[in-house]
Amino acid sequence: MDRFLFLTFDGLARGAVLAAFALSLVLIWRAARIVNFAQGAMAVAATYIAFTVTALTGSYWAGLAAALVAGFLIGAVVERGVMRFVGNSSALNPVIAGLGLLMLIQAVLGMLFGNSYRTMVTPFSSNPVEIFGITVFSSYDLFVFACIAVLVGGLVLLFTRTPLGLRLRASAFAPDLARLLGVRTSRMLTLGWAMSSALGALAALLVIPTELGLNPHAADAVFVYAFTVAVIGGLDSPAGAVLGGLAVGVLLSWVSGYWGATLAPIAILVLLLAVLLIRPGGIFSMTKERTV
Amino acid sequence: MSVTKRYAFAAAAAVLLIGLTFVIPSFASYQLATVCAYLCGIAGLTLLTGAGGQLSLGQAALMAAGAYSYALTANTMADAGTEGPLLLLVPLAAAVTGAAVLGLVIGLAAGRLHGPYLAGFTMALVVALPAVTSTFSSVLGGDQGLWITVEKRPASLRGTVSTEAWQAWLAVVCSVLVLTLLANLLHGRFGRHLRAVRDNPVAAALAGIDPARTKVTAFFISSAAAGMGGGLLAYTTQSASPGAYSLVFSLFLLMAAVVGGIGSLAGAVWGAVLLVALPHLISTATSRLELSADLAQRLDGNLAVAVFGLVLIVVVLLAPQGIQGLLDRIGRRLGPTRSVSVPPKSPTSPDSPDSAPSPASSTPTRLSARHEPEQLPATPKGQ
Amino acid sequence: MTGGLVLDGVSAGYGAVQVLHNIDLTVAEGSITAVVGANGAGKTTLLRTITGQLRPSAGSIRIKDGRDLTRVPVEEMVRHGVALVPERRGVITELTVEENLRLGGLWRKDRRAADEVLAQMYELFEPLARRRKAAGHQLSGGERQMLALGRALMAAPENLLLDEPSLGLAPKVSAQILGMLRRLRDDTGLTVLLIEQNVRSALAVADHGVVLNLGRIVASRPAAELAEDTDLRHTYLGF
Repeated sequence: MDRFLFLTFDGLARGAVLAAFALSLVLIWRAARIVNFAQGAMAVAATYIAFTVTALTGSYWAGLAAALVAGFLIGAVVERGVMRFVGNSSALNPVIAGLGLLMLIQAVLGMLFGNSYRTMVTPFSSNPVEIFGITVFSSYDLFVFACIAVLVGGLVLLFTRTPLGLRLRASAFAPDLARLLGVRTSRMLTLGWAMSSALGALAALLVIPTELGLNPHAADAVFVYAFTVAVIGGLDSPAGAVLGGLAVGVLLSWVSGYWGATLAPIAILVLLLAVLLIRPGGIFSMTKERTV
Repeated sequence: MSVTKRYAFAAAAAVLLIGLTFVIPSFASYQLATVCAYLCGIAGLTLLTGAGGQLSLGQAALMAAGAYSYALTANTMADAGTEGPLLLLVPLAAAVTGAAVLGLVIGLAAGRLHGPYLAGFTMALVVALPAVTSTFSSVLGGDQGLWITVEKRPASLRGTVSTEAWQAWLAVVCSVLVLTLLANLLHGRFGRHLRAVRDNPVAAALAGIDPARTKVTAFFISSAAAGMGGGLLAYTTQSASPGAYSLVFSLFLLMAAVVGGIGSLAGAVWGAVLLVALPHLISTATSRLELSADLAQRLDGNLAVAVFGLVLIVVVLLAPQGIQGLLDRIGRRLGPTRSVSVPPKSPTSPDSPDSAPSPASSTPTRLSARHEPEQLPATPKGQ
Repeated sequence: MTGGLVLDGVSAGYGAVQVLHNIDLTVAEGSITAVVGANGAGKTTLLRTITGQLRPSAGSIRIKDGRDLTRVPVEEMVRHGVALVPERRGVITELTVEENLRLGGLWRKDRRAADEVLAQMYELFEPLARRRKAAGHQLSGGERQMLALGRALMAAPENLLLDEPSLGLAPKVSAQILGMLRRLRDDTGLTVLLIEQNVRSALAVADHGVVLNLGRIVASRPAAELAEDTDLRHTYLGF
């Protein structure tokens, strides 16, 4: 029972990160109808910048801030420099462009920093603490929760309570109408990519220290998991991404804990296939079935 | 190209390439064998993604299925004492069959997915490959993979033909076979159906084509081609390991299929050559420069990937028809009178002399002109 | 108010197909001008061209104070005092009534003025006030038309363009909406350009009428006069 509780709580912590990363995919999907296959590589690039800043200043917090800023800028550059010109003449073109970016970014990171794994420091201990005799969260887990809650909460407020959020939603739902009402949709699109990329950067920064360490390919599996989460939750549904992230995190933790960590990617594959075949619109999605 | 002409062309190409192995150094023969092995996988992707519009990142996993099928069959047979041509042909057949069966299963499961969904699912498949090999490590050898007992070149050739040249012969013959079969399929009824389903599944269904069945068949065929490629790689490297069939390799294959001109088999050849030649050229160039060991290690591999990534982006943005599309365009500009002044000799061969699918061949089943812009290769908007 | 539009020799079309041919049109300040014509006469294309959604191939579009709108992109139009109520009541269905309305006034820096206008809109359109939090897709056709009109008015436009506001509405609702345009003109001096298929009610509410046929203006006269001209009605309007 203790082990079950431990695995569940541990899974929630991992799930929070997946939720944040999946949410970043959902943000881009809603704004541009693109699944950004370069999202993982972009987030890792921001994490490398954070790593460098932390190494130079000795401050984790400076690195955290740098990751957010770098993520934001990378997202804006990718949208303005590449994705804007891809066009939607074929559904494959944005995917191919994203994969090209993925290769380019990973290779450039490899050239700059080498392909070896680097250990990243965490500001808090990742050893779980005991509460009432049950091992639950580590203080790092709580830090992860807090970071993601703050950022996701901030995004929710931004989108639902501010004029900027209204503009962003209007341009995502009905770009032509939004333009008629004076919304500069082109800027909104760039901003959407930038915010999404910053969120992805935060997720990568938080998850990479708990995995093998920093490497140009460090987010490959995270991307696949987050894509699965986004599909389960419905690519259109931010709430679905968050709930799906937590659910998949717990599920992965159980699979890894009871059957072994190597089975996690296979479990994800089976889960993704099942959802795509049984409920292609996503489990939490309110919209009717989409054409898959 | 008529079917007869195509066979003649294929035979000529095979003879020419085999002849080439007598004049090039043995390392170049090995590279030729690698190009041919990659070409099988890329050509399969050309059919699936180019003509079928289904973007799969799983081609590396299917080539791995071919390589492992080859390895398991060859090792079992060798343990049983089998020798001779059987130890070569049966494992190759097993490679094709193994990958095709896996492709059929994936196609049945994922055939109705499209666009980013299929890409994401097949990406998950490739990422799960190391997990599969370690889960079944007693059979598949875990991260280390398997070493393979291979049948060497026939005794009569020893002394006159190097191992590498023999590998190249085998790979040339197999890949020419695969390409010819794929070309026949793409130019025949199946190719028309596939393009019709890609351009407008509803219209295709109304015209009596079963879209699901067509897509699954495309998966099956593409996987069989990948299996041949994997089998050839297994033979030439004498090993099968998960590290050789990573996500990056899948991306390479996609890059090769796109850069040559997605949907064009001639383009697939360009892509395969580029895939082998570019890293070689880059590593030759960097070894000439006096670089520190650390820097050389960082550039090695990464520089080629960076170039491939950049090429992929540039091709999508500027030349979605790839190298072959550019060549076709240049060819048309340089010799626009050729097809006008010289009437085709045989009325049964109206196709252009390249093996790119001619746009006209898909028109009979395309019911609505509105769907023209959706087909691949597509013209980018916003330029 | 500085409303009023002047179109000078405007031609426009889609690719090789030219839809509008050399349109000269003056919309007088503080008036309601109705453009009528059969399906395919180019009425919607005319509005798309004025609002910058379609770039004219020739000619110029100016507002009364002389500012040239010909090359102004669509998202800048509201900043020049031009607002459009799109065809088929273009409400953003995922947003609530209040969000739709607020969106219309967002381009203005003055938040307080926008709040005031919002309150006015709820006074003007009683049914909307009761459904502030309802999502756009829950509204009836009439409510959507009111919302689209209210949202355009939130921009405090000098020139209000409407594309078929009575399409698909019950006669009573459509009369209510057209009547409201008259009140707005009288109370605030708003300039209105109205595109309508419902010729009778459009000409009843308008000061000036323009008949468009196959992309050309075939008549431009006071609305009352046009309504009387049975020959013209038979030839171009089919009743």
